[in-house]
Amino acid sequence: MADRLQFEFVSPEHQIMSGQVLSVTVPGTEGMFGVLAGHAPVMSSLRPGMVDIEQESGEHVRVFIRGGFAEVNASGLIVLAEETIREEDLNAGMLDQQITDLREDVADAKDETSRQKAQETLDHLLEIRAAFSS
Amino acid sequence: MASLKDLRNRISSVKNTQKITKAMQMVAAAKLRRAQESAEAARPYAERMDQVLANLSNAMRGRADAAPLLIGTGKREVHLLIVATADRGLCGGFNSSIARMARDRANALLSQGKQVKILCVGKKGADVLKRQFGHLMLEVIELKEVKVLNFEVASRIARQVLALFEEGAFDVATLFYGAFESIISQVPVQSQLIPAILTEQDGKNAGTDLGGAAYEYEPDEKDILEDLLPRNLAVQIFKALLENAASEQGARMSAMDSATRNAGEMIDKLTIVYNRSRQAMITRELIEIISGAEAV
Repeated sequence: MADRLQFEFVSPEHQIMSGQVLSVTVPGTEGMFGVLAGHAPVMSSLRPGMVDIEQESGEHVRVFIRGGFAEVNASGLIVLAEETIREEDLNAGMLDQQITDLREDVADAKDETSRQKAQETLDHLLEIRAAFSS
Repeated sequence: MASLKDLRNRISSVKNTQKITKAMQMVAAAKLRRAQESAEAARPYAERMDQVLANLSNAMRGRADAAPLLIGTGKREVHLLIVATADRGLCGGFNSSIARMARDRANALLSQGKQVKILCVGKKGADVLKRQFGHLMLEVIELKEVKVLNFEVASRIARQVLALFEEGAFDVATLFYGAFESIISQVPVQSQLIPAILTEQDGKNAGTDLGGAAYEYEPDEKDILEDLLPRNLAVQIFKALLENAASEQGARMSAMDSATRNAGEMIDKLTIVYNRSRQAMITRELIEIISGAEAV
């Protein structure tokens, strides 16, 4: 039997999940990465994307997050998400709304670095949007 | 001596007041439960955030290029006081105790020759502080139109504070709010937001023991910290607002409870006076009739 990973998934407004899972794939800023039990300690910021949770039953739950932060340590994985939408609740309208918001952010950005950051986030969202409609 | 009719009117007006305070108490109780639930729901995130930040700042310790949000601007000259109170009154000493704490702090800072700026969240605190510190007040943020206190509200305030910080408008930011201990006890507290004081300082959260392993950072710890600190600010404000909302309802509930009880006592007293004077009147009339009959 495979080892279980202790997984805490929280957003500012509520705790989404806390318990044992088989594996979790999170969208890190520098690329997606999968976490299994016994993963080396990592801290990574997250970009918008899907968190894919493989539950003990082998079922997959996918949750959309709008950026956040992940920490892996000996006690397990912690994901601090900014805003979360379950896959089944996700629709094109919501994504479009976020894309419009981000376009404004890019236009309003005061300096080069913050614009670049917003632009990157926007690009990722556009990718997700494209994947979603296909 | 008030006439019987006057007494009757007074009793009925006190009864109406009692009905209102009773209703307000029940509304506050219902709202309190909801506020308490959301305050509890937000707790895990804030705790995790603290933990992660403690780990990160351990890694950053001793580095000169740490973010100013963490270590400050190096000066402690200009202080920003963020005073979070309720928008509405009728909740006992809740608003005034927070405002009093902020006022004491402002006076102490001013007497040390520091500069003070005040940002009010919630109208009632602003009303109290305006008299003395009107010229120091930057802005009053009202939360009246906000139906559901969500994270977006807090991050809007956080963005405002951050923009001020980046302009160099202040060196130290302190947040005042009412911490919710229980329904009957709400304590005004102040917590320093910038530079960030992390819980590791009280020794219980000295970072997770990795058994000798070191964290890998993606991107490096400085970037992560720069990303995380503004978010932490929003989380702290969010937590304070939620606590405040719960405290406000708790304070209102107990204030209205004692108001209802006082009204009840008053009704009892007035009813006794009313009955006495009614009986006195009957007795007097009887005496008049009897003595009239005897005279005949």
